[in-house]
Amino acid sequence: MRRKSLVVIVAAILSTARLSAATPKPVNFSREIQPILAAHCYSCHGPDEGKRKAKLRLDQREWAVEKAVKAGDAAHSPLIDRVASSDADERMPPPASKKDRLTPDQIQLLRRWIDEGARYDIHWSYVKPTQPALPPVKNKAWVHNAVDAFVAAEHEANGLAPAPEADRIALVRRLSFDLTGLPPTPKEVDAFVGDKSPDAYEKLVDRLLASTQYGERMAMFWLDAVRYADTAGYHSDNHRDVWLFRDYVIAAFNANKRFDQFTIEQLAGDLLPNPTAEQRIASGYNRLLQTTEEGGAQAKEYTAKYAADRVRNASTVWMASTMGCCECHNHKFDPFTSKDFYSFSAFFADIQEKAVGRQDQTPILFLESAARVKLFDEQLASLRATLNKPSAELDGLQAEWEKKTRAEGSKGLPKPVAAALAVDPAKRSPNQKQALSNHYRGIAPELEAIRKAAADVQRQRDALTKNVPTTLVSTSVSPRVVRILPRGNWLDDSGEVVKPAVPGFLPAMEAQSQRASRLDLAKWIVSTENPLTARVFVNRVWRICFGQGIVKSQDDFGIQGSLPSHPQLLDWLAVEFVDNGWDVKHVVKLLVMSNTYRQSSAASKPMREKDPANVWLARQGRFRLDAEMVRDNALEVSGLLSRKIGGPSVRPYQPAGYWSFLNFPKREWQADQGESLYRRGLYTYWCRTFLHPSLLAFDAPTREECTVERARSSTPLQALVLLNDPIYVEAARVFAERIVKEGGSDPAARLNWAYRRALSRSANPVEVKLLTELYRKHLAAFQTDLASAKKAVAVGQSPLPKDMDVAELAAWTSVARAILNLHESITRN
Amino acid sequence: MNSFVDRVNRRAFLGQSACRLGSLALASLLDPGLLRGGDGGKVQRWNGVINPLHRAPKVKRVIWLYMAGGPSHLETFDYKPMLAKMSGKPMPESITKGQPIAQLQGAKLNCLAPQHDFKKCGKSGQEISSIFPRLAEVADDLAIVRSLHTNAINHDPAHTLMNTGTTISGRPSAGSWVWYGLGSDCENLPGFIVLTSTGASGQQQPIAQRQWHSGFLPGSFQGVHFHSKGDPVLYVKSPDGVSADKQRDIVDASQSLNQLFNERVDDPEIATRISQYEMAFRMQSSVPGLMDLSGETKETLDLYGTKGGDGSFAANCLLARRLAERGVRFIQLYHRDWDHHGGIKNDIQKVAKEVDQAMAALLKDLKRRGLLDSTLVIWGGEFGRTPMAQGNGRDHHIKGFSMWLAGGGIKGGVTYGATDEFGYNAVEKVVHVNDLHATILHLLGIDHERLTFPTQGRNFRLTDVAGKVIEGVLA
Repeated sequence: MRRKSLVVIVAAILSTARLSAATPKPVNFSREIQPILAAHCYSCHGPDEGKRKAKLRLDQREWAVEKAVKAGDAAHSPLIDRVASSDADERMPPPASKKDRLTPDQIQLLRRWIDEGARYDIHWSYVKPTQPALPPVKNKAWVHNAVDAFVAAEHEANGLAPAPEADRIALVRRLSFDLTGLPPTPKEVDAFVGDKSPDAYEKLVDRLLASTQYGERMAMFWLDAVRYADTAGYHSDNHRDVWLFRDYVIAAFNANKRFDQFTIEQLAGDLLPNPTAEQRIASGYNRLLQTTEEGGAQAKEYTAKYAADRVRNASTVWMASTMGCCECHNHKFDPFTSKDFYSFSAFFADIQEKAVGRQDQTPILFLESAARVKLFDEQLASLRATLNKPSAELDGLQAEWEKKTRAEGSKGLPKPVAAALAVDPAKRSPNQKQALSNHYRGIAPELEAIRKAAADVQRQRDALTKNVPTTLVSTSVSPRVVRILPRGNWLDDSGEVVKPAVPGFLPAMEAQSQRASRLDLAKWIVSTENPLTARVFVNRVWRICFGQGIVKSQDDFGIQGSLPSHPQLLDWLAVEFVDNGWDVKHVVKLLVMSNTYRQSSAASKPMREKDPANVWLARQGRFRLDAEMVRDNALEVSGLLSRKIGGPSVRPYQPAGYWSFLNFPKREWQADQGESLYRRGLYTYWCRTFLHPSLLAFDAPTREECTVERARSSTPLQALVLLNDPIYVEAARVFAERIVKEGGSDPAARLNWAYRRALSRSANPVEVKLLTELYRKHLAAFQTDLASAKKAVAVGQSPLPKDMDVAELAAWTSVARAILNLHESITRN
Repeated sequence: MNSFVDRVNRRAFLGQSACRLGSLALASLLDPGLLRGGDGGKVQRWNGVINPLHRAPKVKRVIWLYMAGGPSHLETFDYKPMLAKMSGKPMPESITKGQPIAQLQGAKLNCLAPQHDFKKCGKSGQEISSIFPRLAEVADDLAIVRSLHTNAINHDPAHTLMNTGTTISGRPSAGSWVWYGLGSDCENLPGFIVLTSTGASGQQQPIAQRQWHSGFLPGSFQGVHFHSKGDPVLYVKSPDGVSADKQRDIVDASQSLNQLFNERVDDPEIATRISQYEMAFRMQSSVPGLMDLSGETKETLDLYGTKGGDGSFAANCLLARRLAERGVRFIQLYHRDWDHHGGIKNDIQKVAKEVDQAMAALLKDLKRRGLLDSTLVIWGGEFGRTPMAQGNGRDHHIKGFSMWLAGGGIKGGVTYGATDEFGYNAVEKVVHVNDLHATILHLLGIDHERLTFPTQGRNFRLTDVAGKVIEGVLA
């Protein structure tokens, strides 16, 4: 059984690559040949000069045909001789490489390719996408939009039929989770199920896209990519304030900010003309990396680490390129060189930061506050001018005061004032005159009203600026010298000095001045000539809507990455995205409006065996909710969830002592009180070295490095979290209260109510029976052991209802826990 | 049959196209022998991707006594009489020029004599510092490596390199690799367990969770940190007021409902979830049993020098033996207090006293129970310390330091490699951290170049792009 299904998997892979002896189509270099050469040959015969053997490279045609390949004549091509040789000393790849021998099928494919002329193509992702025409399909009725046309074409080519549309409950749940990260309320489910209008689905989509939770949901994946966290990462892992950046991302998605603008603001918001507070906050992107405060850390070493980190991050986030490989050597597969790596890092060499030590926070005055501070400053200036204005009348009053004071004695006066007073008025120096005048104007009863007004304004100004939030922003200073570090060695100063430049094989960049800036880089990344950016982004949105990308390797569009399952669809979407002004909601809506999206996720066994990895999308995906959403779901179902958006990160319950390994200084996690305990998971304080264990258990990344594809594991620790983390126990108890109060009077009605809240559907009779048994059993047990019942309902800060039987509540809490632990509860399907 | 194995493999597989799928992963996908069902088929154990093993294994498990902070090799296992002679005099500039340095940046570099005597121990005559009198009793079991070097001079990246083979965050730790590669022999405990203790004095360098993180491997291979205070495993205790029976009822109800749901939707993930809940429930009872030392004899407790339950290194050593008995694959014990920038003479003696008896006891106890032959025990920290004085202490040092290995496949009574006469540079039979990792995997039956995981465009491995087995310490 197992063996059979695996053979089918392999068959599916092969068919993905269209590797079939019966196919009369010419061999495709990118899809069929390059993967073989890359996996077996390029590490010694590829772009990396340092490791190249026998002065042979096979990644470029002019080299290959010179020595190894006789185009049109496989029989006389040394490449074939060597890979097919039965002599172990002759055969490639050699045993020392520990690479596998080529299979007979692979060798046959190489033969055909050479016989057909050994054509090379540029790797698909390095060619600018053009919008292809929609393919002709037989199943026209199924095609709602362009997405469906491309998908249907592959269904038909692979002998598959689309799954039927999912039922309305599944659709509203799916859309809610995908677009807001939250389950629908029973009311929302009823509204959609009952809406018979032809555009009911589109109305639902539009409502969810317009909700403020949409921005929170989209922010989750972006914050992973740009490695947003509340702590610095290395060693003592101390706090820093960057939550304004998180809120910027949420607001940007909610406002549907153009993705090109979103990109520019993050990479170079500070370099825009008269940058707004928002743009400066966005430029904090360049500061999100891990930094150190460790004693004895060498500035030069960490400067090199930060430079490399920025290259790894920006190249992965926007271009799904593994430029990080080039820190030590030219890329072994892709055309990136070591020089490209260091030239790319030079774009960021102008960023002001401390190589070692606590980073300086920048206060951010938002437009309105900034205007008020300006007004206060003007008022203060005017009031002070009035206080200091020359006035004969005041001079006269001052003379009287001097006379009187001299007579009474100058006790209590500041020394310089007393000294000046003692001098004959005619003989006083200008400084002495000034001292006396200043002093008098500070006490003159005639000026009391003005002085009070100035103090008032000052107080208001202080109050306004005291609570100004701070964040890390980019500030451009004279750029550091950037050298190529041989083998990545920061102690080696022998490398060439490089200037900011983009990789040479990609389209050229237009620089606004002699030295290209981050702003030039950002504009280049989102220029229509860049072949990668739009494809990479739509592929990430695709993953949100289908569970995996059209290109499975979200982090690698290079030669070693996976090939797109639907290359034309990917290109069509990329061009559509750019042509519509980098409109993110437009792309999201396109995907979720498609019939491809609306398919049922149910997979029959034959279907699973035919396409186990769901490459051809003849069904929807089904996968576990992301870590934050697991939490949000339980809180929402129970009614505990706070809908507050943004602000400083919050601290839900966390086991005592979990931070005991943090030091400099030692810290103890203090859980928040009240509403902050029930905020959405994305607001949880993100401590890089000790991320909250409940998030960590569900594969939330520590955000030390870029993450564009979270794992979706299933582990015993997850079960322990859902069963025993106090927030889930509390959510179950609060859910139980509502079940009892709002769910009707008999167990069946209550269970149905609970199911509709938790799973958007009613419970079936077997489910009712099973859970009723659990309820009765625990009710009886708790009734005879009230002490335990009291403890069981006392978890968490939410107040206990006064008017409820404790045993009853405890028993329903057991039921609620069973429901919240269901696979179905944490699965999007 | 669908299982955890299926799931993880499928995940490993989903990330790749045909071209990215190494033949190793493919072979394991096709090997039905991988799926050896657990007790009653309820918990399905992960049995590793290296199946069969690349070579006959010498050991089944690893216990790593990780001395965090950077223990001085010069006061422990690398005796340097020359340094005594030169004490107070400048270090030759020819040695230190252009070298990376931590807190001594810009300071005068003077030699500091070894602060403790060394003794020749056992039949082999191994030279061991007098601060380890009990360890001296098992000297003939130890292979002392004096020629290690590493790349990172600050604690955090040095730990990361020691555990993951590189200083870049986000790679799997050695324990995760081993669990992923070999699976676990245990059905109710994780395959990679981390125990921690802290010394009574001196600096307590922070240690990040990434040191036992699974990096880009599936999250299920993350090391599980057993805490000495509160719940030993986070969330392992049922909520207050919920007895084990009641918890069982709730899990059973949930499991039955999952089963029912699975009959409708036929989703392999559900079977996996059911299996994981079963494992979780078993952990709820097995973990307290593990931590309960009441079954240990007084003689054993005295051997280790602990009554247990105090989170001490000694208690953790005893727990390590109990974990080894239960089939846990990779056990790592951190003891923090080795960062002796000042006052090294007294402070290193104190911390040595905290570990000496227990680590010797662990070797003796494993041996008499017949477990030492199948266990690799490793002792060492993330780097060593400078021959130069930092006041009356020593700074971080990466160019030469010591560790020891003991157990199955290890040649006891051997001193391997050497530093120069100042104890500065490893000069003879130089060993890099990657070589240590290659050796660990080798003893477990794995070729370090063939335990790989494809991500970010290439096959990654524990030994990064280097690693040579240290043949000279092998029996």
